[in-house]
Amino acid sequence: MTTIRIDHASRWFGNVVAVNDVTFDVGPGVTGLLGPNGAGKSTLINLMAGFLAPSTGSVTLDDRPIWKNEEVYREIGLVPEREAMYDFLTGQEFVLANAELHGLPDPGAATARALATVEMEYAADRRINTYSKGMRQRVKMASALVHEPSVLLLDEPFNGMDPRQRMQLMELLRRMGQDGRTVLFSSHILEEVEQLAAHIEVIVAGRHAASGDFRRIRRLMTDRPHRYLVRSSDDRALAAALIADASTAGIELDFTERALRVQAVDFGRFTQELPRIARSHGIRLLTVSPSDESLESVFSYLVSA
Amino acid sequence: MYDPTVARLTYRALLGRRRALILCVLPALLLAIALLLRLSGVADDSVATNLLGGFALATLVPLIGVIVGTGAIGPEIDDGSIVYLLSKPLKRSTIILTKLTVAVGVTFLFAALPVLLAGLIMVGGSQQIAVAFAIGTIVASVAYCALFLLLGTVSRNAVIIGLVYALVWEALFGNFVPGARTLSVQQWGLALVDRIVGSGVEVTSAVALPTAGILLAVVTVAGTWYAVERLKVLTLAGEE
Repeated sequence: MTTIRIDHASRWFGNVVAVNDVTFDVGPGVTGLLGPNGAGKSTLINLMAGFLAPSTGSVTLDDRPIWKNEEVYREIGLVPEREAMYDFLTGQEFVLANAELHGLPDPGAATARALATVEMEYAADRRINTYSKGMRQRVKMASALVHEPSVLLLDEPFNGMDPRQRMQLMELLRRMGQDGRTVLFSSHILEEVEQLAAHIEVIVAGRHAASGDFRRIRRLMTDRPHRYLVRSSDDRALAAALIADASTAGIELDFTERALRVQAVDFGRFTQELPRIARSHGIRLLTVSPSDESLESVFSYLVSA
Repeated sequence: MYDPTVARLTYRALLGRRRALILCVLPALLLAIALLLRLSGVADDSVATNLLGGFALATLVPLIGVIVGTGAIGPEIDDGSIVYLLSKPLKRSTIILTKLTVAVGVTFLFAALPVLLAGLIMVGGSQQIAVAFAIGTIVASVAYCALFLLLGTVSRNAVIIGLVYALVWEALFGNFVPGARTLSVQQWGLALVDRIVGSGVEVTSAVALPTAGILLAVVTVAGTWYAVERLKVLTLAGEE
């Protein structure tokens, strides 16, 4: 049972504040670190992995400082985002080197075990520079698991993986979480986090925006006002009918786009009612598209909530 | 102090195909010139001294030192793969000392050995010229490796800075500014050569041997120590 504690940690680079007064604990089980690109996720992971000193505050592993303390790596396994490995080695040689660097009593056996865990035995004798992105990711994973760490930190582990590899890795992480290991992964993709982590920490613009149960945060996200762009056979009649329904808060006729801009307050109800209302008025819907689904808008709503 | 796995990774990275090829060019050139001089019958003690002092110790050794010293750690820091060494319960001093050992070993192979051979080809055992320059090369190589390993640890432009030092400071500047020659690894190496060669050969160094020895030791130890300190606080900036 290992806990990483981030206590009022900030990190700035010159004038740029990458992480701003963040406090949270990462305990056993799978935790998702969610946030848009550039939010400070990698900086946070680097703080937790001992590759950055906090400018203020502290980052500890079971009350031991992580920065400048190489002993913590006996318990931490790290899967970095960057692609570079020792590409001139084969997968097997690479994982073996990692096992030896950890000073394991039987590096050969540990290597075989780690490669089996990520199902990479079939390509273990090929050089890493012939690997696909997903294969690299799995070998990185094997190198991080080779000493059976109690903490696993993964920076954007699903990037570039195909759906099958993604499922495999998720299954593996889930299993490790169930074994009582502390698993933290970062992602900017909501669906990934949703599928894997019951507990999430949301980082937006360096700040800790939300923490806790995924469902609660998801609800916050789906309950926010949504904007839609709608085109139909009779925009004006549809606008009149929609504004009468409680699911909308405002409608604008956009003449240049020849479309309606609808602000929905009750997302679930709006998506159900829109086709029904259109049908009952004999109006054909031509386009219905969300116009602010970008993750940034979702997150900025979260921050203000 | 020394980790065989770190050494293995460093060797294989250093002697990767392209780099090994570059490393072969200068020694091959030195040996070719030595052979040519021998065959054309002009190789005597003073010609050999000029070639080994003017080309080998002045150009070949610092250049090999730059390539090997920075190459032993710089590329790993640049591409981020050093993270696999750093995320291990390894003393940072072990990483640096191992890399220094490997770098010295490789420069021995690509600098000291060719210098010895070139000397032997030209004048055989005469006046201990070959041995003297080979030993001078080894000692200078250790200092270069420590210096350029440090440079590779602290700067992403290590190769450029190293080349500027080797070519501008050591080779060019030293000819115009006498003071610069005191702070020149090449001159320190020459001081040692001067002590070893027979009295019939003219080798001049700007620095006396005791001073040279002290400076060599200081540069090597301080450079290595500082490289360790820098590796301890090496921050791997994310890709954000």
